[in-house]
Amino acid sequence: MSVNDGSASVTILRREWTIRSNVGHIEPLVSEVVSLCLEAGLSQRACRLNIPVALTEALSNAIVCGNHEDESRSVSARFELNASSLTLEVTDDGNGFDASTVNYSPADSDWLERENGRGLFLMRSLMDLVEMQRPTCDRHGHTVRLVLKRA
Amino acid sequence: MPFEIETVGDVVVVAVVGQLEVGNRQEFKQSILDEVERGARRILIDFSKTGYVDSSGLGALVSLNKRLREAGGELRLAALNEDMRTLFELTRLDTLFRLYVNRAEALAQF
Repeated sequence: MSVNDGSASVTILRREWTIRSNVGHIEPLVSEVVSLCLEAGLSQRACRLNIPVALTEALSNAIVCGNHEDESRSVSARFELNASSLTLEVTDDGNGFDASTVNYSPADSDWLERENGRGLFLMRSLMDLVEMQRPTCDRHGHTVRLVLKRA
Repeated sequence: MPFEIETVGDVVVVAVVGQLEVGNRQEFKQSILDEVERGARRILIDFSKTGYVDSSGLGALVSLNKRLREAGGELRLAALNEDMRTLFELTRLDTLFRLYVNRAEALAQF
């Protein structure tokens, strides 16, 4: 899709998907997103590490924590790539959580022994911006937005 | 098959083919726990055929490492690509595991 903002032509690529809440659907969706990013010329490094890992974390949280792996519930994913950044949004049916209260880090004494609790840390480490939007009376579902600036 | 398991001497080598993530981490973990139940104490995970690892995969490795230690064994990792090395450094798990450049080096030093 080509958008003319009046001064320059900016190419915007958008895609949306809806998947059932089964973790088996994560890898194929991540693979499709990575293919789009590679075709669009994002760096190999971003396509091998930042994007697949951060998106897998977001989808995993949505399916497992948000929708409790209930396959009657769905998760939507939105992809937008423009000249300056990649934005990925993942929305589940849950009520979300206060991300400001989740601050597990390698500085924690039990970090190296803990089986869970590294997902949000990885998203924050691998993306330039991680935002959470909890449901409101006007908006359904919990959304995590991941933004990676293009080099 | 996402995992290839073979025995080299008294070391069980598990190669992860593709990704190690939330969708297959339970199968991965159970495969290795089954080996431990059968008496394996030295386990080497070979990542030479692996794309990426997510936090679930890292968590499975941490859990297995603990289980092996409790049983008097050890879990070692080999052939992490540059991106996976970054992931282990970010999470400081490079300080928990012994990381080897490739399978041969890991086996030679086990």
